[in-house]
Amino acid sequence: MSKPLPVVDFLKIPDTGDPYLEAHKCGVCSAIYLGAREVCAKCSTRGQLAPTRLANQGHLYVYSIVHRSFPGVDVPYVSAIVDLEGGGTVKGNLIGVEPDPAKIKMGMPVRVVYKDALGRKDRDGNSYLSYFFEPR
Amino acid sequence: MSDVFVVGIDMIKFMKAGTGPAIDVLGAQVALMALDDCGLKIQDMEAMYCGNLGQADAMVGQRVLQQIGQTGIAVVNCANACATGATAFREGWMAIKAGAYDLVLAVGVEKMGSGLLGGGGGRTGISKEGLLGSMTMPAVFAEAGQEHARKYGTTFEQFAKVSVKNHHHSTMNPKAMYQIETPLETVMGAEMIAYPNTKLMCSVNVDGAAAAVLCSEKKAKELGLMKRAVRVKASVMTSDPWQERDLVMPDVNTCTRVAAKKAYEMAGVGPSDLNLVELHDCFATAELLHYENLSLCGDGEAGHMIDSGAVTLGGKIPVNLSGGLLSKGHPLGATGIANIYEISTHLRGEAGKRQVPNARFGLTHVIGLGSACAIHILEKAA
Repeated sequence: MSKPLPVVDFLKIPDTGDPYLEAHKCGVCSAIYLGAREVCAKCSTRGQLAPTRLANQGHLYVYSIVHRSFPGVDVPYVSAIVDLEGGGTVKGNLIGVEPDPAKIKMGMPVRVVYKDALGRKDRDGNSYLSYFFEPR
Repeated sequence: MSDVFVVGIDMIKFMKAGTGPAIDVLGAQVALMALDDCGLKIQDMEAMYCGNLGQADAMVGQRVLQQIGQTGIAVVNCANACATGATAFREGWMAIKAGAYDLVLAVGVEKMGSGLLGGGGGRTGISKEGLLGSMTMPAVFAEAGQEHARKYGTTFEQFAKVSVKNHHHSTMNPKAMYQIETPLETVMGAEMIAYPNTKLMCSVNVDGAAAAVLCSEKKAKELGLMKRAVRVKASVMTSDPWQERDLVMPDVNTCTRVAAKKAYEMAGVGPSDLNLVELHDCFATAELLHYENLSLCGDGEAGHMIDSGAVTLGGKIPVNLSGGLLSKGHPLGATGIANIYEISTHLRGEAGKRQVPNARFGLTHVIGLGSACAIHILEKAA
């Protein structure tokens, strides 16, 4: 079986070791970006962005519970924005929690976990590895 | 430098998405309505600025002129997400301000599909919707509202009250898509789309159009059009300054705050001088944020402001008397001119049952996600 592909280009799947999320950080102003780039949008410095590994621990910043989506998307699910420890903000599904506002607390600690992309495959039949958040 | 005036303005009654005529016919109808409003002809216009998003690559402005008069004037087609109409208006304002023209026509026109906006799949690979959270507009604006809830404890009920208010206002606006009261329990009990936005807390997709004739001060006086004219006291546009969560969370706050500050300075008036506001209530969660972004109240006071009734007709600073995007409807490219129509109608004293008595100053605000913010401050001229 072939190796799954990363769901986004900032999810890295090394040949050995665990998958991780990679950001690019500006060497001048420390702004953090998901994915590679040449110029910093915050301070406009060129050529000073270097890859950096993001933490797998963070805190839930905000969320929405999505009840209506496109055909084929299972609902309800929790759309979450998570601030990672050490910098970087990532959006994804929050799993392992009931989709109920009474059960979800903004600010709660979460971890990043890596799993198959809900069985979704591309036209060539490739599987994908995705990331999710779960309470810790 | 002399001011620019709106001398003619009108809008089509917004209608169910997909039920309107072809885009050029819709644009032609509203252009003629705006011209008739001031008794001018298309031959009097020296340039045209046309806002449309859905057919942004299809020369909509020229096609409108092909319906009503191919006079050979310059036509500029504008696309700027939900700030598209305001962008077209502002380009016209700027051309007159620069002295290039005395009379221009600004048209905003849109035919909408139905259903969710945003959240389009990637070009390659697999769809990320419902896998990496949601990029649908109801969810994106739910998350923006939740940021306010997180900071200040704003409740689902307070967000829902925005929808109750705007639907109430729309019962007095014959040009709104809907004229129905929606009590709090109806709004909160409607189908949940993206918590805390229920279906009644999401803007309505409609077909619609609005148009304005802009005029230099000299020309307006010469033509005897000052009696119903509306002075453009400020026209400001911003894009989104860098914010740390930008890449996953569009920021509608900072660009609004920067634009509001500039607009109040340009107009020489403050928020307490305003008699009414039409702001970008694309979702009920968004409206509360903008009370604070526009300095209608202090930070953290928006929840109290909706509870107090200050933003309802008869209150201190009524907001979205047209019914807003939640009930009047949101034809993306027309919205920015339609809200200028609403303010102008009050300043002219022609707003019927929803009229703000003795209105002198009004403010319009739109956000195009991605992001663009446009603010206009308008003053009764005569």
